[in-house]
Amino acid sequence: MSVLIYIETEEGIIKKSSFEAAGYSGALARLQGTHAVAIVFENTAVEVLEKLGNYGIQKVYQVSDTKYTQAAAMPYSSAIAELVQKENIEVIALPKSSTADAMVSRIATKLKAGVATNVLELPNLTEGFQVKRAIYTGKAFAQIQLTAAIKVISIAKNAYTATTTSDKATIESFVPTTNEVDFKIVSKEIQKATGDILLTEADIVVSGGRGMKGPENWGILLDLAKAMHAGTGCSKPVSDMDWRPHHEHVGQTGVKVSPNLYIAIGISGAIQHLAGVNSSKIIVAINKDPEAPFFKAADYGICGDLFDIVPKLAAAAKNYIN
Amino acid sequence: MKILVCISHVPDTTSKISFTDNNTKFNNAGVQYIIGPYDEYALSKAIDLREAGGGSVTVINVGEADTEPTIRKALAIGADDAIRVNAFPKDANFVAEQIAAVAKSNTYDLILMGRESIDFNGGMVHGMVAELLGLPSISPIMKLEINGTTATMSKEIEGGKEVVECNFPFVAGCQEPIAEWKIPNMRGIMSAKSKPLAVLEPVASEEVVKLLNFETPKPKGACKMIDPATPEQLFDLLRNEAKII
Ligand SMILES: Cc1cc2nc3c(=O)[nH]c(=O)nc-3n(C[C@H](O)[C@H](O)[C@H](O)COP(=O)(O)OP(=O)(O)OC[C@H]3O[C@@H](n4cnc5c(N)ncnc54)[C@H](O)[C@@H]3O)c2cc1C
Ligand SMILES: Nc1ncnc2c1ncn2[C@@H]1O[C@H](COP(=O)(O)O)[C@@H](O)[C@H]1O
Repeated sequence: MSVLIYIETEEGIIKKSSFEAAGYSGALARLQGTHAVAIVFENTAVEVLEKLGNYGIQKVYQVSDTKYTQAAAMPYSSAIAELVQKENIEVIALPKSSTADAMVSRIATKLKAGVATNVLELPNLTEGFQVKRAIYTGKAFAQIQLTAAIKVISIAKNAYTATTTSDKATIESFVPTTNEVDFKIVSKEIQKATGDILLTEADIVVSGGRGMKGPENWGILLDLAKAMHAGTGCSKPVSDMDWRPHHEHVGQTGVKVSPNLYIAIGISGAIQHLAGVNSSKIIVAINKDPEAPFFKAADYGICGDLFDIVPKLAAAAKNYIN
Repeated sequence: MKILVCISHVPDTTSKISFTDNNTKFNNAGVQYIIGPYDEYALSKAIDLREAGGGSVTVINVGEADTEPTIRKALAIGADDAIRVNAFPKDANFVAEQIAAVAKSNTYDLILMGRESIDFNGGMVHGMVAELLGLPSISPIMKLEINGTTATMSKEIEGGKEVVECNFPFVAGCQEPIAEWKIPNMRGIMSAKSKPLAVLEPVASEEVVKLLNFETPKPKGACKMIDPATPEQLFDLLRNEAKII
């Protein structure tokens, strides 16, 4: 009864969120006294996959048919369900990503599994299989018990920090049975900002609001983000006005982030914005209004004119972050 | 085209969240309920599609009688009729089985939902319903255009978007800016009262998860203010106090 982790790569490299979830799965397997295995669909170099052993993964199943990656979520889900039945797997863990998010529900229903998304910690196994998950957009948590024989969990960012070993995983090829309905969604085109740090993967996020006054002023924010190797985000009105692209919109109705550090620049701190950032480890607010609600949610605050403060921070950041 | 829109009945986005009964029940006191914001995008898109190409828009909610004002609001916005499955929406699996049971006996060309509810935030009901019906599912979509029996959609992915195509029928989870929210007018509000709202009893569903209790986050400590004349102090604090850089 082992643990299976779904691994994602980006340009041949395992994504950070996948390593985190792999570490979580390795720890979970140790807790259950079983072992952890992984599945990967993108063709990935053996040396790269072996490294999953560092995180406690014993074996990696590689699916090499490139037809799968064209349609992603649905055929991946069927392949995983097939592997689960073949290999006597009890828990399927997934990192947070747009493809993984679309897989969780399909896998769970195929296997009549108990399912939990936004899982924040390792489960408590003293009485059944209990997990803590974020609900109400991070405004609360729920402790739930997965009562079905098979469990599917999607791991929130920063849920677990793995200690690594020098163990190597073995690689085995897996050829799933293909299923027509899974290929009904046809990918036509992918438009992606290249070279940028992905907002959802970033350890540091620098975000701007309406206080930035206009898209022409974003240079100072981008300088700070660059100096700090940060991803960039924005408030809803900013993306509504097309100052920034939609995928940067953070909050209750946008992207939820949980970086180690979130820096909010010229954002008032409306409850709908906070809902998307409240699981960040440390929050910094920069605002000229001492009454701005963001200061109540922040760990550090700088009250003043952002056009004066942000360039100074960008200049100083270079001395602190390498 | 026959469209089914699934709406959740959720606390307004400004609500303070708290619990009663030893943290086992949601505290309703003073809470305003709304149509889930993403679900409202789905509903608005469905109405746009009907206005452009004809057909009908049915809304469905799995909920007890107290959700009817929310359902009437969806009718006021422009849905043609509504179904309420009379049961507390325990979890995503339960809700999905109810919706799938209704969709099995009425064929819909398109089932639209929100990308996620803002209470459970599972983002799961669409995939589950699709799996139960043997249909494709796709989420979150920001654009949907129809050409004959094919839909072209733009789906949000990390750092960008993906354009995909799919033939009807399928299930989709929506988010902005797929359509503009619609404000119900007087005529809409009046006619909503007489539009059909069928109440169905739930189908049996096996329990796969059990809710144990709720928790609210620990309150944040006071915010430490930094002199705006020397903002670079922030980095010393982040390094030596917070220890994150
Ligand atoms: C259903 C619903 C869902 C929503 N979802 C989201 C969501 O997901 N994400 C989101 O962000 N919002 C969301 N909102 C909107 C939210 O309520 C706020 O309107 C929005 O977050 C405000 O954006 P802002 O802080 O950028 O702008 P404002 O509220 O206008 O704040 C600008 C801030 O900049 C400061 N400022 C101005 N000039 C300077 C300067 N020179 N130096 C320093 N500070 C300055 C001001 O003091 C002010 O605090 C939602 C609203 C609703 C109703
Ligand atoms: N009780 C419900 N009744 C009808 N539809 C629902 C209900 N709960 C959730 N949904 C739909 O399913 C979507 C995803 O919900 P969730 O999986 O809970 O995040 C929502 O955006 C709604 O469109």
